[in-house]
Amino acid sequence: MDPAPGKNHFELFGLPAKFDIDTEELAARYRELQRRVHPDKFANGSDQERRLSLQMTALVNEGFQTLKDPVRRGRYLLSLRGVDLDGETDTAMDPAFLMEQMELREELEEVRESDNPHKRLAELANRIERRMQDKIGEFRQAFAEEAPEGTGRARNAVREMQFLEKMRREIDNLEEELI
Amino acid sequence: MALFQISEPGQTPAPHERRYAVGIDLGTTNSLVACVRSGVAETLPDEHGRHLLPSVVRYRTDGAPVVGHDAIAVAHEDPLNTIASVKRLMGRGVEDVRRLGQSLPYEFSPGDSAMPRIRTVAGDQSPVAVSAEILKTLKTRATQSLGMEIGDAVITVPAYFDDAQRQATKDAARLAGLNVLRLLSEPTAAAVAYGLDKNPRGVYAIYDLGGGTFDISLLRLNRGVFEVMATAGDSALGGDDMDHAIAEWIMREAGIQDDAGHRQMRRLLRDARAAKEVLTGAEKTTLRVQRDNHEVWEGVLTRTHLNALIDPLIDRTLPPCKRVLRDAGIRANEVDGVVLVGGATRIPRVREKVSQFFGREPLADIDPDKVVAIGAALQADVLIGNKRDEEMLLLDVIPLSLGLEIMGGMVEKIIPRNTTIPVAKAQDFTTFKDGQTALLVHVLQGERELVTDCRSLARFELRGIPPMTAGAARIRVGFQIDADGLLSVSARELTTGVESSVVVKPSYGLTDNEIEHMLRDSIAHAREDEEARKLREQQVDADRLIEAVESALAADGSLLDVKERTEIDRSIEGLKAARGGNDAARIKQAIKTLDGATLAFAARRMDANIRRALTGHKLEEFGAPGGKPTS
Repeated sequence: MDPAPGKNHFELFGLPAKFDIDTEELAARYRELQRRVHPDKFANGSDQERRLSLQMTALVNEGFQTLKDPVRRGRYLLSLRGVDLDGETDTAMDPAFLMEQMELREELEEVRESDNPHKRLAELANRIERRMQDKIGEFRQAFAEEAPEGTGRARNAVREMQFLEKMRREIDNLEEELI
Repeated sequence: MALFQISEPGQTPAPHERRYAVGIDLGTTNSLVACVRSGVAETLPDEHGRHLLPSVVRYRTDGAPVVGHDAIAVAHEDPLNTIASVKRLMGRGVEDVRRLGQSLPYEFSPGDSAMPRIRTVAGDQSPVAVSAEILKTLKTRATQSLGMEIGDAVITVPAYFDDAQRQATKDAARLAGLNVLRLLSEPTAAAVAYGLDKNPRGVYAIYDLGGGTFDISLLRLNRGVFEVMATAGDSALGGDDMDHAIAEWIMREAGIQDDAGHRQMRRLLRDARAAKEVLTGAEKTTLRVQRDNHEVWEGVLTRTHLNALIDPLIDRTLPPCKRVLRDAGIRANEVDGVVLVGGATRIPRVREKVSQFFGREPLADIDPDKVVAIGAALQADVLIGNKRDEEMLLLDVIPLSLGLEIMGGMVEKIIPRNTTIPVAKAQDFTTFKDGQTALLVHVLQGERELVTDCRSLARFELRGIPPMTAGAARIRVGFQIDADGLLSVSARELTTGVESSVVVKPSYGLTDNEIEHMLRDSIAHAREDEEARKLREQQVDADRLIEAVESALAADGSLLDVKERTEIDRSIEGLKAARGGNDAARIKQAIKTLDGATLAFAARRMDANIRRALTGHKLEEFGAPGGKPTS
């Protein structure tokens, strides 16, 4: 039996399905939900209760992971509007954005050979962070429009956010290498 | 079998109100069992007052295996049948064992399964079976000192234990007749013993130097959620190495030859250990050792000299400490507390070096041998329901990423490491041949990209896929990791809705069938017949279910209408009646009936719990909680 029939992540947490959410509030609700549904609370329960609690907790964990991260939250909001980024065949991207990504990538390569890699890496990380904030702003605005045109721009913003996120991970990896 | 029971007036509630569950530290060198009594968590001693049970099992041709001190006492006469450090073999394959090399003196049988089996006079033994003997001994000890049958336990495992090792531990518990309430990571248990979960947040280092292993873990705590940030160690470093260093010094000083006999070597090690323990408090100690020519050598060992002997060993614990800090991306001075675990951390020099490294005094009020078992007991007490208002909730994470084999021997990660568990993920597969009705899925655990660099957990064969053209079938495979970090798999073909059967072949573990066989065999040893076992199992299940449903009714009975309530009540009565008889099949049927009657109730309770969780928070989109008022 489905422990939360038909509820999406926002409904599960009792939050409006909007991009701007109070993450402190989300975390508070997450902990409260965990306290009520976690399998440890049903250690003495019947098999059925334990099974339901396990499914429910997994759902709560998944929901929290999805909603707390702006990129995943954006993707999820789009999926609620029927836009599935995984199954897409149209993967064309803004040429200007792609060009910028190539430049950032080249810079990342150069960090290794530079005189002060730590400083260069920190600068690069800052730039990525600023770009990410830009894209989050673009998404927020586009998604709020609700018209198909807005949804399309929101989709592009999420795709670009995913690119930036990948850069973020690569910066992390290089940072670890440099220690 | 109760030896005696001390009851203070008004302190010992009736057994049906107060239940006991134990915490078990199943260690490489020693194991312990602890329990919360009268609000205090304490380890339980054996009839000689000894708390530590050496994790050593000796198999014999006649009679049951001997466990603990008695097994050690005769280990030298019967080394091949005396199994020590079996924890190193848990969930490991024959290949891993070969890699461990000559450090294991046992003979292994070439079995058909990938699981190593140790050849003994009492037949081939799996590491799971050997561990089960240790657990049985602890269970008996608990039953005797608490004066009642003990069936529920929290068992600790190292933070880095993978799925196979956790599963092996749980299987051992099942063989020993223990119901595992939770597998808890050892560093988390130590943190719980110190009540660190009461703090809102912080980073803690758990420094665990035992008899033969060293582990260092960094835990991050965020409002009751413990996350293992990083873990490292040395699986061949511990207090025993210090004893050897001291013994070698004695030999040099006393002019004892390198080829000292086994008996003399054991005596020397015993003296070395005693000296080490004395020097924990004293500044110097006098040693007297009998030489071969019956002369007695007498010498003085000062603490300063002891430190010089063991410093190289303690220093070997520091690189792993540096590694975990680097892995977690923090500096030593950002650690909010250091917890000492393991007997060797009693040594003043170890504490000194740890304080120096982390720049703060470590927590050491709790006996470092007992701290893990005590933490496990505290958690067991909460889980069994003795502390209903307890806010503690320990959330664990999976220590290693879980992935699937894809083309080219590569691994695709499905669930990344450090994901909070329980967790469920689904992945879609398709067929690549026309009419294909089966699919092989290989599940791996590890961080590397190549299959050969990760640990194989299991191979799943999905059968019964309806024949379709290549690529048309969509098979959704669901992976679920429970709160113990154990994996289960389900599969469904999406276009037709056909459930595929999943055949699990654990790469290193035992199959359910094997465990069932072993249970049957072990029962044969206990001269108890199959029927009696089945009946008892059903009775235990029945009692558990009745209690669970009755307490659910007491808490949330108001969620039911009269008709539903009547049906549940009738099913409880039916089960109670069946329970009173001795027909296992009838009890089983009655359990099924009650299970069915409470299905909707269980779902409704879960919903009510969710509403309660969100009560006090502003509800949007969700609508006001409908139906009954919530408390």
